[in-house]
Amino acid sequence: MSKLFERLKDLAGPEMAGPSMAFVAVMLIFGIASPQFISAATFGSVAFQLPELGLLTLAMLLPILTGGLNLAITFTANIAGLTLAWVLQSYGGADAGVGALILGVVLALAVGAASGVVMGLVIAFTRAHPILVSLSMMIFLRGLGEFLTRGGDISGFPDFIRPLGHGSLLGIPVPLIVFVLCVLAWHVLLTRTKLGFNTTMIGSNIEAVRYSGINTRKVIVWVYALSGLMCSVAGIIMLARFNSVRVGHGESYLLITVLACFLGGVNPFGGFGRVIPVFVALIVLQLLSSGLNLLGANQHLATAVWGILLVGIMILRWMAGHFKILKNRR
Amino acid sequence: MNNPAGAEGNDKPLLALRHINMTFGGVKALKDVSFEVRPGEVHCLAGENGSGKSTLIKIITGVYRPETGAEITYDGQAYSHMSPVTAQASGIKVIWQDLALFPEMSVAENIAFETMVGGWPRLVNYGRMRNIATDALARLGVSLDVDLPLKSYAIAQRQIVAIARALVGEARVVFMDEPTASLTQSETDYLLDIVRNLSASGVAVVFVSHRLAEVLEISSRITVLRDGALVGVYPADGMTQSRITELMTGKTFDQQVRAKPKQDRPVVLELEGLTRRGQFEDVSLTVRSGETLGITGLLGAGRTELALSLFGMLHPTAGRMALDGRPISFSSNREAIAAGIAYLSEDRLSLGLVQPQSIADNLVIASLRKIIAGGLISEDRKRSLVKHWIAELGVKIGLQDDAISTLSGGNQQRVAIAKWLATDPKLLILDAPTVGVDVGARAGIFDIVARLAETGLAIILISDEVPEVYFNADRVLHMKKGRIVGEYDPRQASLAEIEEAVYA
Repeated sequence: MSKLFERLKDLAGPEMAGPSMAFVAVMLIFGIASPQFISAATFGSVAFQLPELGLLTLAMLLPILTGGLNLAITFTANIAGLTLAWVLQSYGGADAGVGALILGVVLALAVGAASGVVMGLVIAFTRAHPILVSLSMMIFLRGLGEFLTRGGDISGFPDFIRPLGHGSLLGIPVPLIVFVLCVLAWHVLLTRTKLGFNTTMIGSNIEAVRYSGINTRKVIVWVYALSGLMCSVAGIIMLARFNSVRVGHGESYLLITVLACFLGGVNPFGGFGRVIPVFVALIVLQLLSSGLNLLGANQHLATAVWGILLVGIMILRWMAGHFKILKNRR
Repeated sequence: MNNPAGAEGNDKPLLALRHINMTFGGVKALKDVSFEVRPGEVHCLAGENGSGKSTLIKIITGVYRPETGAEITYDGQAYSHMSPVTAQASGIKVIWQDLALFPEMSVAENIAFETMVGGWPRLVNYGRMRNIATDALARLGVSLDVDLPLKSYAIAQRQIVAIARALVGEARVVFMDEPTASLTQSETDYLLDIVRNLSASGVAVVFVSHRLAEVLEISSRITVLRDGALVGVYPADGMTQSRITELMTGKTFDQQVRAKPKQDRPVVLELEGLTRRGQFEDVSLTVRSGETLGITGLLGAGRTELALSLFGMLHPTAGRMALDGRPISFSSNREAIAAGIAYLSEDRLSLGLVQPQSIADNLVIASLRKIIAGGLISEDRKRSLVKHWIAELGVKIGLQDDAISTLSGGNQQRVAIAKWLATDPKLLILDAPTVGVDVGARAGIFDIVARLAETGLAIILISDEVPEVYFNADRVLHMKKGRIVGEYDPRQASLAEIEEAVYA
């Protein structure tokens, strides 16, 4: 039993303290404030809303770990969604077959990865700052998307796509299953693969890693490629959830993904961070907004509360660090 | 060589401390330490890292308050403790190792900055600032363009600027913390001249340095601390480097030349006319299995560039390299590592190790393929690989997951060596392996080097400290301005002879 606990602790790491405390606090406060909070309905709504923000956060996580940033995540997701929509439309829209869906998904994933590869190559070879590079890519993709769609929605997809956004498998929403699988994939990537190892090492000191015989350029390109690929997954899920694609969908998630990473204990300067605490942090954010929604609060207020929560966590973390130093001194 | 300057006839101390005790978190940092400085003398404070030198300086400058019972006398007045304001106002100045200067601001602003803070009216008088700066520099016998930004000057000149800043207002004792750590030999000579001028003008200088040669050259007296306790105060006259080392570490090091004949061993590395334009030229050498080849020379002699060319990170423009008789040329250090060449960087802090990351991760980074099982990193293999090397090289660590930055310089260097040994190299290039390593721990590093050579590893040992290569290498090459200008056999040449050639 204690071994299992150790193993769980090992899985999550010390970064887990903040997010799990926030989780308990949110459950307690809303559980007391509203009797309906701890109910299947709440968890249903969380389960369906979590994946979009969650998948985009995973896309943001890898670049942050290398000490970079990918500001193009939401528009990469849009462009990937557009790719899929375009394939479906050209195979008859609502009458398109499963073959068209598979082709569309493959192309969508390829488009997202390609956007990442381009950013990765530019960052790795020119050493330009990732913020500038990804900002350029974001503007390019937004312009391209708006040009192609004339700023409108694209809809009219075959019915069998609906379950991807709204269906359940054994009572678990399909988007949630996709998200959890992606979380596990990222967890394995970061803790057990050479690429993941090098990703975090690069975040601390890229030159020292290069001197150790690691092809740091290749790692950077892979990191942004995988980030783009994860954006595509988010884009496909968004298409299925809204049954339409519009450039600008999910734009407001961009900075929230960064904050979710920090809430999950990821070092803003790179080098340190784990997937599982970020996953819990995402659940906290979603529970918070569902809880406020249930109490009848305005949705914009929920966003404001997210901001307060994050500032609060930073202060708590500082206090915890301070306390530790004082304790060590004694 | 003793320093004739300074008012040695005046024995009345300017600053005297007695019964200084200081405890941090249950650890006694200073145990009943006494220390005194006479007016105008150059006094060296010697001790290993953690011996209490910095704590003592911080007590003198009022940063820390000593435990009760302390007696501090300065300029005839008694204090129970100093405060930063009194220390500063009464002429006790410190130049910390990091200098604390502003690279973007002008020399004048850097020097006169403090006199400009807090005055009224809150306006900056550039004319006055320039005058203050020029005066301070003139006192040092130096002229710099005070309007240029500081960053346009080399590190040695910045050091001068930091000293000039300390001299603004009244300075009677100046503490210098490792002032020569990042200077070349000629820059160091320049700085030592400045210190002599200061001393001659009646300012006492307390010099903290690892480099014992210059300590002996410049100071008139030496106070040695070990583990927070005073070992003694000694006149520099008649002192030797090995005697100071013994006093600092409490151990005797009978340094003996380790060189042995290795001509019958197979050649591992052979260079013929290797050239990289502008950095080194026509370098030919061989290193045999089990042989340690020392390369010495001043900073900027092209040693590191040569090493990086062997390691595939720089590309030679002419010449030939062969490893085990086969010609080699690398387009990256990955190829060099795969071929069996390892390079321990001279810059452990920013290139040698990934400082914030764990001991374990730093140790395995260059040999990840060894801990991969079924495509994934095996935590068990990683742990056992790390455990093996920690034991093999006697590294003292807490947990494998502790950050490497928590280790002492000597232990960090052992991990860095282990990281390369884990790649199974044929040739190990050690570039300044004792930089930032305590005197006591250096011997341990060289014991490891000797043991590795016995296993048949070919080693190139690069250092700008001639004694290091003299005692620890089988052959010594002298590199100057990118060329090899001399070869010595330590069993035949004397240390003085090589030092004369290198430092002249």
